Amino acid sequence: MMRQFTDERIILLLLEHAQWTALLSLIAFAGGAMLGLAVTVMRVAPSKALNRAGMVYTGLIQSTPLLMMLFLVFFGLPLAGVNVDAWTAATVSLVLFASAFLADIWRGAIEAVGRGQWEAARALGLTFLQSFRLVIAPQALRMALPPTVGFSVQVVKGTALTSIIGFVELTKAGTMLNNVTFRPFFVFSVVAAIYFAMCFPLSLWARHLERRLHGAHTS
Amino acid sequence: MEYRLQFREVWNNFDLLLWGAAYSLILCILAGIVGLALGIIAAETRRTGPGWARMLVAAYVEAIRNTPFIVQLFFLFFGLSSAGLRLSPEAAAAIALTVNIGAYFCEIVRAGLEAIPRGQIEAARALGLRDWRIFRAIVLPPALSQAYPALTSQFVLVFLGSAVISQISAPDLTFQAQFLQSRTFRAFEIYFVVTGMYVAMALGFKLLFAQAERRLFPWKGVR
Repeated sequence: MMRQFTDERIILLLLEHAQWTALLSLIAFAGGAMLGLAVTVMRVAPSKALNRAGMVYTGLIQSTPLLMMLFLVFFGLPLAGVNVDAWTAATVSLVLFASAFLADIWRGAIEAVGRGQWEAARALGLTFLQSFRLVIAPQALRMALPPTVGFSVQVVKGTALTSIIGFVELTKAGTMLNNVTFRPFFVFSVVAAIYFAMCFPLSLWARHLERRLHGAHTS
Repeated sequence: MEYRLQFREVWNNFDLLLWGAAYSLILCILAGIVGLALGIIAAETRRTGPGWARMLVAAYVEAIRNTPFIVQLFFLFFGLSSAGLRLSPEAAAAIALTVNIGAYFCEIVRAGLEAIPRGQIEAARALGLRDWRIFRAIVLPPALSQAYPALTSQFVLVFLGSAVISQISAPDLTFQAQFLQSRTFRAFEIYFVVTGMYVAMALGFKLLFAQAERRLFPWKGVR
């Protein structure tokens, strides 16, 4: 039985489950970006109440361990009558997690654009949302891109925690394979290597973008 | 049938959660202090060390920053014990946290060190200061003062991420919560209260760090 798990077979199985890590990361990032954009708009909107609500939202989520969010969603939603499996709980928690951090990054980029741009846009008769979409966002985007790409690494790494509530992705596949093969050194080395292969290019890309941004500033 | 929230079990065992919280706090603060020393040494090595040492530090930093903490923890606890280095859960958790925080701190401190104008170092050298004194008195304080916001927010992130050490049975707050849950089955109530404790501690850290900044770096002015 145990002989079935040759080195190649372990690696193949882990790679297979890395697809779930990749898929979950993509969904979390996309969902987090959409929700994060809404929160960003709240934070820069011309309404004190909305600003404060956005601030409480990001502050609260950024002060909560991702693991606790997973537990709360996983054990909490069923109490409200919503049946959740590990996949749903993982997606919901990661989207919330990503949205709060992205909203904070983007708010920073927007504030760096400068008030004068807002005032000029509003003076031209654009509404708040028009100014945001046509004048502010395009300028903020350039500055927001490097840290946004950098944060995607945190999302990929964050998906590893979903293994704890039983979602079978790369880390969970690693612990399961370790349980049958008793070769933790090899199994977790491969798991780490696969995560590295996913995250390192993103890190390099973020660094490249950052360097280009700063280069553009000084020249 | 409607579920009724019941917090009695949580309050009855609240001392257990407090012990867990104290464990999380103390472990992370120790890891933060040792990790800061590690980060400073690694950052200076990466700047001025010999080529092989620079490569080594770069590999360490990238390996840690591009893999999940939980995998580092499992590798250390399960992987190394199978290779002959047996670690207790507490020791593995402490080492993993320190190594993890050290890598992030290295990058942050390095950025701070690079921002020091060369002229200041040259001026110090012209005054006859030794290398060690230059580093300690001229280079490090402004570098740390510049790195301070990033260092402290990274520390809070690592503190929140430390919940994961419960998975190798290090008796932190999350571990006690899971233990309590297995006995009382009041999962949501327990995690709700424990989340509140984490939020309170994280906000407490942020407040404390903001207060400490002016004390630590009086030349920085009002922020």
